[in-house]
Amino acid sequence: MDWVNAIVQGTLLGGLYALFAAGLSLIFGVMRLVNIAHGDLIVLAAYLGLTVVAATGWHPLLALVIVVPVMGALGYALQRGVLNQTLGDDLLPPLLVTFGLSVIIQNALLEGYTADPQKISAGALETASFQVAGLSLGVLPVLTFAMAVAVIGGLQWMFYHTALGRAFRAVSDNQEIAQLMGLNRRHVFGLAMALSLGVVAIAGVLLGIRTSFDPSAGGARLIFGFEAVIIGGLGNLWGTLAGGVILGVAQTLGAKIDPGWQLLAGHIAFLIVLAVRPNGLFPRVSG
Amino acid sequence: MRVTRTSRAARVAAVIGALVLIVLIAAPWWAGRADLRLLGEIFLYLALASLWNLMAGYAGLVSVGQQAFVGFGGYMLFALTIFGGLPPVVAIAGAAILGALIAVPVALLLFRLRGAYFAIGTWVMAEVFRLSFAQISALGGGSGSSLPADIVRSIADSRETREAVAYWMALGAAMLVIAAVYLFLRSRQGLALMAIRDNELAAGSLGIDIWRTKFVVYIATAGLTAMVGALIFLQKLRISPDAAFSVNDWTAFVIFIVVIGGIGTIEGPIIGTLVFFALRETLADLGTTYLIVLGLVAIVVMLKAPRGIWGLIRARYDIQLFPLGYRVIPDQKD
Amino acid sequence: MAEPLLSLNGLTARYGDFQALYGVDMHLAEGEVLAIIGANGAGKTTLMRSVSGLIGNAAEQVMYRGAAIGALRADQVAGLGIALVPEGRQLFPSLSVEENLLIGGRARRRGPWSLGAVFDLFPILEERRAVPSTALSGGQQQMVAIGRALMANPDLILFDEISLGLAPVIIRSIYDALPGIIGEGMSAVIVEQDITKALSVSDRVYCLQEGRVSLEGASRDVSRAEISQAYFGVA
Repeated sequence: MDWVNAIVQGTLLGGLYALFAAGLSLIFGVMRLVNIAHGDLIVLAAYLGLTVVAATGWHPLLALVIVVPVMGALGYALQRGVLNQTLGDDLLPPLLVTFGLSVIIQNALLEGYTADPQKISAGALETASFQVAGLSLGVLPVLTFAMAVAVIGGLQWMFYHTALGRAFRAVSDNQEIAQLMGLNRRHVFGLAMALSLGVVAIAGVLLGIRTSFDPSAGGARLIFGFEAVIIGGLGNLWGTLAGGVILGVAQTLGAKIDPGWQLLAGHIAFLIVLAVRPNGLFPRVSG
Repeated sequence: MRVTRTSRAARVAAVIGALVLIVLIAAPWWAGRADLRLLGEIFLYLALASLWNLMAGYAGLVSVGQQAFVGFGGYMLFALTIFGGLPPVVAIAGAAILGALIAVPVALLLFRLRGAYFAIGTWVMAEVFRLSFAQISALGGGSGSSLPADIVRSIADSRETREAVAYWMALGAAMLVIAAVYLFLRSRQGLALMAIRDNELAAGSLGIDIWRTKFVVYIATAGLTAMVGALIFLQKLRISPDAAFSVNDWTAFVIFIVVIGGIGTIEGPIIGTLVFFALRETLADLGTTYLIVLGLVAIVVMLKAPRGIWGLIRARYDIQLFPLGYRVIPDQKD
Repeated sequence: MAEPLLSLNGLTARYGDFQALYGVDMHLAEGEVLAIIGANGAGKTTLMRSVSGLIGNAAEQVMYRGAAIGALRADQVAGLGIALVPEGRQLFPSLSVEENLLIGGRARRRGPWSLGAVFDLFPILEERRAVPSTALSGGQQQMVAIGRALMANPDLILFDEISLGLAPVIIRSIYDALPGIIGEGMSAVIVEQDITKALSVSDRVYCLQEGRVSLEGASRDVSRAEISQAYFGVA
């Protein structure tokens, strides 16, 4: 039963990882950009949530109403101000610029908030749980998983049933010809990044409620998101959810064997998938 | 009309370089303790930067996980001297070889990824190394261990001599790496590499085995990086997983050095290292602000002057201090 | 004479060190159909890309309705009512036939063309509306590309080598439909390698040779000999 519990907890954890990964996957799909600062932006969102809660006294989930638009606006500005200039055939500029961004964000957070670990308090939500079939499920993990499903479902719907989604796909296919349709690609990329950081905002606040975080936590979040994307397969958002779940389950099972093995177990699962299925389990495009 | 590889600038640079080298070799006699340490650190960073530049600037392999091999080399030094009973200098060579060996399975896995995903994959690998070594209690587990005094003393009897030896090894490592990079780039393999960098599709159609060339570069870089790592931790006398596999120390700073100095050139890392240390010595008191400034400078350089400082100089004056290109010298009467 | 809808004044264009157009002068009156012919590499596609904004030029080198548009971006030019059917079709592989058409109509300009109207023109597309666009045959893809441009209800439509890579019978059917497509009020520029086809549907013709205009005249008046000379540049 213990093992079943571990698998269930791991699955729910996978929801959080899928949220980390969804923004990453979206950006790569639309503009072939891998944002090394992605994890640090998640942490930034967590700090933002912390600050909003402290300033308003609201419940953190309500604070999302502020954090999501702020992060979205930040994403738009970042893309149009800096990242659009890095796009092109050369792979170094976006990589190195986002790496520089990562260092800046980490140290700016260090300056502003010190290295002390923080946590967003959400009152009862943090520990509330309910019983299902003899298992104790935390409300927060279930909520997180539900959010992940909702976000990914929403993104999928947007991609395939709205004009904006068509615009994203068209620009991703052929930037030049998309312009002939009246699409300003700099604006479209800005919107994509805004959307990505909106998802990051949700991920960050949920992270902040769940565990303590500090300015240097970004790297690990990027890695988890990245591993979820690779395990699931590029270009497939639902696959990313599956990837997150696999990663989460690997981690919780590893932790059951030995608490110090949690992270390593996840990495090993990733490496195994990389070895036997380099395109991921449910790939749609080749990277 | 004749075709030559060298130029007047290169010849002048060679002479100046030789003179500088002599002065540097003599440093233990004219430099103070702190300065000697600083110079040693500069040489080791120069070596790391030149290696990273070879991979990213020439082979197109952007790694943000080289700290894996730095730490691995450091730990191998400790393991080989403490448990293998090898003299430290031999252990350093051993670390290099082991680093190259472990890089083989690593490369086989990571080469399945491309571009930026390859980059993050290298980071994951470094994390795997870090977490794995933290599990090895014989080497101090999560809190690390110190190099035993008798091993330290086996390098040389007096502290002064030990520091001189460490310094010369650092200088030697930097010279070795730069020479190796230079000679490699002048070789046929190196020509293949530059062809790949310039146009991978065309290079492939010429029959150049892209995968193998990149593989060789990765393995060789890993081995030499491990060697530098061993030297770094020989200097520090203490190792721990967080220090050994620190992204900031062994990747972020190295990347900044190469980007600011000039990626894809041999001269670039040299200039970049000097600039980096000049900045560090003047700004480091500012702590996090210093790192933010570094990040901003790197971003601005990447956006506005992607070829770095050396790239700006080279564009203006068209010189190469390390002769890698070919020049056509017309006859006087043409 | 009324002011031309489109005029090119000393249009020059370069790709790096290579110059593709050397001061091309052209004009198109409203409602006219212009043909541009020339050998491969003559600069025809460069000219289309310049007019549609994919290539930037000096502002006054391209004048449209009296405004200097040479330096505008392609998405801005599209907003002015100029649509391009690009060389090689260049449909969006991630989009279905219907989605390709829909995205062509993004600007939602008013006019006779709608999804229904395009399907009336090319019924086969309605049958295959949900199919990924690149799964269609060459001729069908060309229909989608044309439909996509029409959906923008442009005032000026540019056709870049629509017969390229298509079987003669398909080319014939598309060109048969062309007068109906261009219909009332629309102006068109047709770039073609197939000279007969180009002359058959156009009012006037320009010939480009190595980036320069080598011939200009009424389509029904130019002789074979004049065309040969202008096309190949031999006396």
